[in-house]
Amino acid sequence: MNTFAVIVARDVRLALRHGGGTMWALLFYLLTVTLFPLAVGPEPEMLARISGGVIWVAALLAALLSLDRLFQSDFEDGSLELLALSPAPLEVVVLAKSLAHWLTTGLPLAAFAPLMGLLLNLHPSAWGVLVLAMLLGTPVLSLIGAIGAALTVGIRRGGMLLSLVVVPFFVPTLIFGVSAVDAAAGGLTPRPHLLLLAALLLGAAALAPWAAAAALRLNLE
Amino acid sequence: MAFSGRNLTCTRGGRTVFRDLTFDVAAGAALLLRGPNGSGKSSLLRMAAGFLPPAAGHFAWDGNPATADDLRARVAWVGHADATKAAFTVAENAAFWIRLGGGDSSATGRALASMGIDHLADLPAGVLSAGQRRRLNLCRLAAGAAPLWLLDEPTSSLDDASVTGLIAMLQQHLDRGGALVVATHVDLPLRPSATLSLGASR
Repeated sequence: MNTFAVIVARDVRLALRHGGGTMWALLFYLLTVTLFPLAVGPEPEMLARISGGVIWVAALLAALLSLDRLFQSDFEDGSLELLALSPAPLEVVVLAKSLAHWLTTGLPLAAFAPLMGLLLNLHPSAWGVLVLAMLLGTPVLSLIGAIGAALTVGIRRGGMLLSLVVVPFFVPTLIFGVSAVDAAAGGLTPRPHLLLLAALLLGAAALAPWAAAAALRLNLE
Repeated sequence: MAFSGRNLTCTRGGRTVFRDLTFDVAAGAALLLRGPNGSGKSSLLRMAAGFLPPAAGHFAWDGNPATADDLRARVAWVGHADATKAAFTVAENAAFWIRLGGGDSSATGRALASMGIDHLADLPAGVLSAGQRRRLNLCRLAAGAAPLWLLDEPTSSLDDASVTGLIAMLQQHLDRGGALVVATHVDLPLRPSATLSLGASR
């Protein structure tokens, strides 16, 4: 438990200290969202209809952008070997690093989602559900992303390959995340979609650390 | 508390690096790995740390075969890379590894002093020279309690004074009953020590 907290604190501080990670992901998120009114036209009805999907895709891409460094910088500078030798199992290390990634990427993306909703004329009644869906869905992106990041950790410029590996597995999260927002905006209950997102989160939290740790062990040989 | 390897064979990329290697390291003794580049010194260390499974043979603690988890639990590791984060200060870097190993962050100052870098404590690690980074990586050893230290070319980029300091630290570890396996190209006057030459038989 101590190891877990020490690693989370270190990764969060590193992400904030670089000024990079979090800030870049948020700016990318904002820029991607603002591209859509320019591309598809500024009609409020049109924007309201696509807003849920656009915000989710932008958040997914922003999370993806920061994933390739999740293990790679530690792998390159030798820190990963020492983390693997720490008293906690490698699965706990993976879980700690995924949590730190979510705290510095997914959580801010969810927090700024209402602003994106405002930009895209998303009905205010759906804002709460959008944030809730993102709070449930973005940790899934960090956890599944950790598997891809672990598999591609030894590959120089593995970011592109990482995207190809993990994006197909992001699809269920995207579908249920968008469905929840659309249901709320259309006056229906978002409950089943949110429950499915919660199920995805529990499944990913239970399985992803094992898969990612196994991939890291192979890469440490 | 003796560490040993029995009939170890290492294959990397389909090539046999060494085969049937057997060695013993008693508590309080050092084993120096010597041999030309590519003779398997680093691979043997990676095996002993539990990263690389041996193609044949096994390691043992006090004669009991050790699993990869047993190996990981007992070693302190210094590899080629120095595991320092440029965005952290020298003290933050050292404190993280010491706390991760279960140590107290109050030990950080002593650890830095042991390699003579306590005056750099508040500098960002990104501005250190290669030798200073190496000293930062080595200083966490002094604060840990691992019985077996695995060091891969620990003297690389160190100046003469730092090599002397390192030797003193290693000797202290031996005197406390710790064991040591070091891959090295320079002579390390450690007592008692044995030398294992790799790559000589091929």
